[in-house]
Amino acid sequence: MMAAPLLRAEGLVRRYRLRQGVFRHPVTVKAVDSLSLSVARGETLGIVGESGCGKSTTGRLLAGLEPPDSGTISFGGEPLPAAGHARWRRLRTRIQMVFQDPLGALDRRLTIGEQIAEPLEIHRLGSKSERADRVKTLLVDVGLRPDHGARYPHELSGGQRQRAVLARALATDPDLIVCDEPVSALDVSIQAQVINLLADLKEQRRMAMIFISHDLRVVRQISDRIAVMYLGVIVEEGDPNLVLRDPLHPYSQALISAVPTPGAGRRRDRTVLQGDPPNPAARPRGCAFHPRCPAALPVCAQLAPELTSAGEGRRVACHLVEAAGEGRKETV
Amino acid sequence: MTDACKEPIIEIADLHVAFDNVPALHGVDLSLRRGESVGMVGESGCGKSVTWLAALGLLPQRAQISGSVRLAGEELLHEPASRLDKVRGGRIAMIFQDPASALNPVQKVGDQIIEVLRLHRGMERHAARAEARRLFDQVGIPDPARRLDAYPHEFSGGQNQRIMIAMALAGRPEILIADEPTTALDVTIQAQILDLLQQIQREMGMALVLISHDLGIIGELCERVLVLYAGRVVEEAPVDRLFAQPHHPYTQGLLKALPSLETKPHRLVAIPGVVPSATDLPMGCAFAPRCAQRVERCGEWASELASIPNEGRHKAACLHVASELAPAEVVAA
Repeated sequence: MMAAPLLRAEGLVRRYRLRQGVFRHPVTVKAVDSLSLSVARGETLGIVGESGCGKSTTGRLLAGLEPPDSGTISFGGEPLPAAGHARWRRLRTRIQMVFQDPLGALDRRLTIGEQIAEPLEIHRLGSKSERADRVKTLLVDVGLRPDHGARYPHELSGGQRQRAVLARALATDPDLIVCDEPVSALDVSIQAQVINLLADLKEQRRMAMIFISHDLRVVRQISDRIAVMYLGVIVEEGDPNLVLRDPLHPYSQALISAVPTPGAGRRRDRTVLQGDPPNPAARPRGCAFHPRCPAALPVCAQLAPELTSAGEGRRVACHLVEAAGEGRKETV
Repeated sequence: MTDACKEPIIEIADLHVAFDNVPALHGVDLSLRRGESVGMVGESGCGKSVTWLAALGLLPQRAQISGSVRLAGEELLHEPASRLDKVRGGRIAMIFQDPASALNPVQKVGDQIIEVLRLHRGMERHAARAEARRLFDQVGIPDPARRLDAYPHEFSGGQNQRIMIAMALAGRPEILIADEPTTALDVTIQAQILDLLQQIQREMGMALVLISHDLGIIGELCERVLVLYAGRVVEEAPVDRLFAQPHHPYTQGLLKALPSLETKPHRLVAIPGVVPSATDLPMGCAFAPRCAQRVERCGEWASELASIPNEGRHKAACLHVASELAPAEVVAA
């Protein structure tokens, strides 16, 4: 992580205008709120959080699929160009995105082979015969057979379709893949196959990955670093072993203790959060988590905590952790 | 552990289901004692939901069903709807994955519960409303008196599932069947709903069937687990036994394929291949083509569910278990 990061985002904000209620009053929802992060070459950043926390919006912003309302993103040292720009089109060869539902991402009327060749044709990469060879190689790379190229999406199983989507994303040899819940629609036995495949691909190709999921167990399996999001902000970020074994933010603690574990016996010291997931349209003042936080202080309702270093490369946004950290410094 | 002398409240025997002559369930046996919690786990299409939809007469007409489903000794299968209507929502209640689509969107939630109370408990309106308020309180809906007059869209997903649970409890069920009750919910809300299910199961002494693809959830809530694969029960055991000593290669595979937060990250051991489609089941054991321990005979016949030697409550449908049994059988003969 010494070298300049592959991707750096600073102060990203993304607002959506929704119309709610009987009178369709417009409401502004901040899906992402001054979010900063970076990804090094070959590094996998896992982003976890519950529905509405802004993790998918973050993924779309970082992939350049939609522009932030404010903030900057640089990729390979240069600012991310605006959509539709010639440079933006070229950038598509270097950043790719993979979604949850492979059937929705594939065209039912084209064969798998035609769809994998499509990015090569759009970006005019290679001759016709070179492309055909490349498609075969890609199919094998993702664990399919060359003859799968002649099939249509409905002729493949869910796991095979997700492999085909991955092959298409890899066609242009991207530097970064943004995966949004790539294994959530798959059965357990197939999920493990695709996770292993992703781990192999990032190893072989030294490709950076942003892996977005609600499933902490899956994210841990694949990530070099993880970021926990709550209502549009990162509340904790760092090494997965640190964050998942010894979470500092009360929300990370609750999220991790809520994960059911087979064979661990009956639920023991679980922190069950009270209340519902918050509504992004009615963001609480101060720390967005304070109404559900079991340890909230008066200051939490007033002031939003900053994401600050908590040692060992970890960053946490919590007044309690900050206070404890300062306490530690004084005693040293 | 549940008292062994307790009688089964429901007994399903040799249940077969086929759709347009394509078999989906190949003889499922399941018995449930009063107050017991049983988990059913398996991947999509394994038959875990179809078992209960068939047992309660909720499958479409074209489904061909045979076998037996006895509720406290009385046969339910092929009974007329008029009789089943008294059982469904009454003695046996069911909740599903998506609470929003199970509730009527244009009727106040209170009226929907009151309907159940009048139908199954013959209460008059005033008493039913008071009881509905009590049920809302029991499942943790804040401000129940006022919330009875709200519509489903005014509640969050987790609260709607609480309302579904309240409706299920309204008929004072002896058995609650929860089919993926938390799959559509966020993990912190899932923890709330699982806590609630466990608490009411204990309070009301009701039997609970939890259908899930997630072994973690099953492990936390259930005493006994059935693992299904391609329309058959392949393993059945007390929950701790199943996690400690899975016998069927499919169960072993499922456990190894599951990423965990507890252990150090290691490469997952994936089960190769895919679940066979119902129209194209292999001969013999349906898992054999994906099984690392298969022998030639696995492709010839499907083993019946048999007890593991010296472990009467642990059963597996695998040739390896059956062949261990063979010498004992010879002695017995």
